Amino acid sequence: MPSSYEEISTKITSELSGLVPPGVRLSDDSELATELGLDSFKVLDLLLDIEDEFDITMPVNLLADVHTVKDLVDKIHEVVNSSP
Amino acid sequence: MSLFAKFQPLAQDREALLSQGVDPFGAPIEEIYSPTEARINGKKTILAGTNNYLGLTFDKKCLDAAHAAIDEQGTGTTGSRMANGSFSGHRALEKEIATFYTCEKAIVFTTGYQANLAVISGLANNEDVILIDADSHASIYDGCQLSGADIVRFRHNNPDDLHKRLERLGERAANALIIIEGIYSMLGDRARIREIIEVKKSFGAFLLVDEAHSLGVLGEKGRGLVEEAGVIGEADFIVGTFSKSLASTGGYCVSNHPQLDFIRYASRPYVFTASSPPSVIASTREALRRIEKGGDLRATLWKHTNRLYKHLQDSGYELGPEPCPVIAALLHTREQALRLWRGLYEHGIYVNLIFPPATPGGKSLVRISVSAAHTAEQIEKICHAFTTLAETASASD
Repeated sequence: MPSSYEEISTKITSELSGLVPPGVRLSDDSELATELGLDSFKVLDLLLDIEDEFDITMPVNLLADVHTVKDLVDKIHEVVNSSP
Repeated sequence: MSLFAKFQPLAQDREALLSQGVDPFGAPIEEIYSPTEARINGKKTILAGTNNYLGLTFDKKCLDAAHAAIDEQGTGTTGSRMANGSFSGHRALEKEIATFYTCEKAIVFTTGYQANLAVISGLANNEDVILIDADSHASIYDGCQLSGADIVRFRHNNPDDLHKRLERLGERAANALIIIEGIYSMLGDRARIREIIEVKKSFGAFLLVDEAHSLGVLGEKGRGLVEEAGVIGEADFIVGTFSKSLASTGGYCVSNHPQLDFIRYASRPYVFTASSPPSVIASTREALRRIEKGGDLRATLWKHTNRLYKHLQDSGYELGPEPCPVIAALLHTREQALRLWRGLYEHGIYVNLIFPPATPGGKSLVRISVSAAHTAEQIEKICHAFTTLAETASASD
């Protein structure tokens, strides 16, 4: 089911805020690795939850160009809205 | 950013480790006395982190075979399997591994890492999809990446989660490649292979089982989880390594699919890697014969494993989910794990230290690999050291 960009953004921000260290502020431009301290496997595990949340298949390969929170939201939005 | 700037965080981490006196990620083994003892930094040390499950590194027949092969065939092949690197020993070993598994086809590779790279990237391309267990070894991830296929992870050892993700793929599921491991290298747990095979069958997908840590360890003849679970014929591809129970270096893939042979032509890691030296092939062939009749070694291995696992559990350590020759103690922080590792080292025991992100769940691990060559006395020393260090290890930073 297609979801709006805002819905996806809110959901991802909520998921990420549970993963980042206390006191770290999230913004669209926050770098997942360097600023938020998310190692590659934390992001991959987050992807499992995202796939289930939106009932999509989002191959790991798609994360190659994802560096910031906005990159992640953009990519999920693209996949969600291209799924049948 | 300069070419080397990316190493800065690693340099800082390494500096912190080296300031502790020894590098856990490059222990200097100065002299090796036996499968379970070496001199490290001038100190006689019990080796309990070497994956040498059956302790065959000094097996007399393996040594004699390797010596003879060097004398007769030289020190190396100087070429890839595709060119001048397929000696009679390589081809004989392939026949013997195929017979060992009662499979039609086998290919031998130069390392276990190369086996996964070659097989996965040879089988799949950018039109395919591969489903991998979330705790898969790095060689599986790298093989998938090299293939260009879509990589979909499923939750660790969870057949229902695999089923759900295959279902989402629709028609693509029927051609999907599923990859699991016989024993997972981090926590030492077995794959739920029978249930996973049921899922695979229901979609018509293919299954590759990596038996790197289970070869020689599980099954009456040591053929791994596929033998223990009675499903040898139901795995499409079985991959493994020579560098653990077979005590040399190399890798293999067996299959009943005749198309396996085309990997030899289609897979760049196979085509462009020099083949194993004759001595390695010769010792591996002897070791394979030994593990097939290695019920005695497996009995000792599992006796030590059960003793050690229960002792660590009783001492309050958080461990992997089941007794297995890979025994992982899980620590909440890097500092706790490093303290435990250093403490064991000072007690004359070498184990593996593993930090996130290589570990599941973001925890740090101190990992033991048990060997059939350990003596009961060595196992008791390891037990004693862990008990002594339990409080130190769990202390807050």
